[in-house]
Amino acid sequence: MPKRVETIVLHDSTTPVFGDIQKGGSVVLTSVETLLNQARANSLWPLTFGLACCAIEMMGIVSARFDVARFGMERFSATPRQADVMIIAGRLSKKMAPVLRQIYDQMPEPKWVISMGACASSGGVYNNYAIVQGADQVVPVDVYVPGCPPSPDALMYGILKLQQKIKRGKNPKTLIDLKLFEGVSGARQLEEVKG
Amino acid sequence: MSVDLYKGVVKPLIAGFGITRRRLAHKKVTIFYPEEMREQYPRTRWRHFLTRYESGLEKCIGCSLCAGACPARCIYVEAAENTDEARFSPGERYATRYEINMIRCIFCGYCQEACPTGAIVLRKNFELASYKREDFIYTKEMLLEKYPGQSDEPFQGEYAEKPAPVFTG
Repeated sequence: MPKRVETIVLHDSTTPVFGDIQKGGSVVLTSVETLLNQARANSLWPLTFGLACCAIEMMGIVSARFDVARFGMERFSATPRQADVMIIAGRLSKKMAPVLRQIYDQMPEPKWVISMGACASSGGVYNNYAIVQGADQVVPVDVYVPGCPPSPDALMYGILKLQQKIKRGKNPKTLIDLKLFEGVSGARQLEEVKG
Repeated sequence: MSVDLYKGVVKPLIAGFGITRRRLAHKKVTIFYPEEMREQYPRTRWRHFLTRYESGLEKCIGCSLCAGACPARCIYVEAAENTDEARFSPGERYATRYEINMIRCIFCGYCQEACPTGAIVLRKNFELASYKREDFIYTKEMLLEKYPGQSDEPFQGEYAEKPAPVFTG
């Protein structure tokens, strides 16, 4: 059993949580990791966490016009036990923050968080005592999607960014491996991200 | 209590699949987003641009009216005087720093309405999502268009094969 390291500091989900399991350096391991990341990225099951008006646009991506099933995300899970990615859609009040954290803790590893909209990402216009100024004060956020609310295609761009992040994996040196898979679709490209 | 197999099971199934069969002939509505884009409406408000005059001078005069009109208080402007040696805008002053916190911006377009010279405009680039909070502070270098008229060009998505069409009636 790998030792679970509890981290209290706010971190990104690419920060390794498991002890020394990442330091293998074996060829087989990296390939398996790449394959696993491909599988993870292409069947993300979102958790419905609609908090406000952004949830309407979040529902919009499941509709036939945008059809997020093309990315293997059509199954919106109503239970955190079966979800991979939490889409925080809407302003997060301070009353709701412990609930959000509890539901995030109930999700199985690996898990990702998309902060959708201005309010979830930074508080937006609600710079007051009731709203958490950014959901990343409560949970580690992977992708921020600006907009008020973001249109369904803006959210889908955020999902694409998250898929790229997952496919890139925890080790950015495996970028070359990705081209084997990415070459099929052609149009999608890799991108360099700082940090 | 027995169930009539034809009336209770087979007939509803045939009726249900009949709807599926009829729908198959309908027009397909799905937009394959990363490669092809949905039509953009003419007054869509997304990413900001600081525009230039035809001469290449910046339109922004650093008056901070946009920052005053912003309901989310996400715009920060710092102005300085133009001199004859270093001239950025036709007016007396220009913006040395112009920063928009894109993650707090709600894209209401009040800055565009408040601007006396039409310097700040909101255009159709919605592909703004990113990984880090720091990436969302758009500085003047990022907002300022590279050449006059760049902001009016049709929006080309990052993965799109051709620019997004503009909705016309």
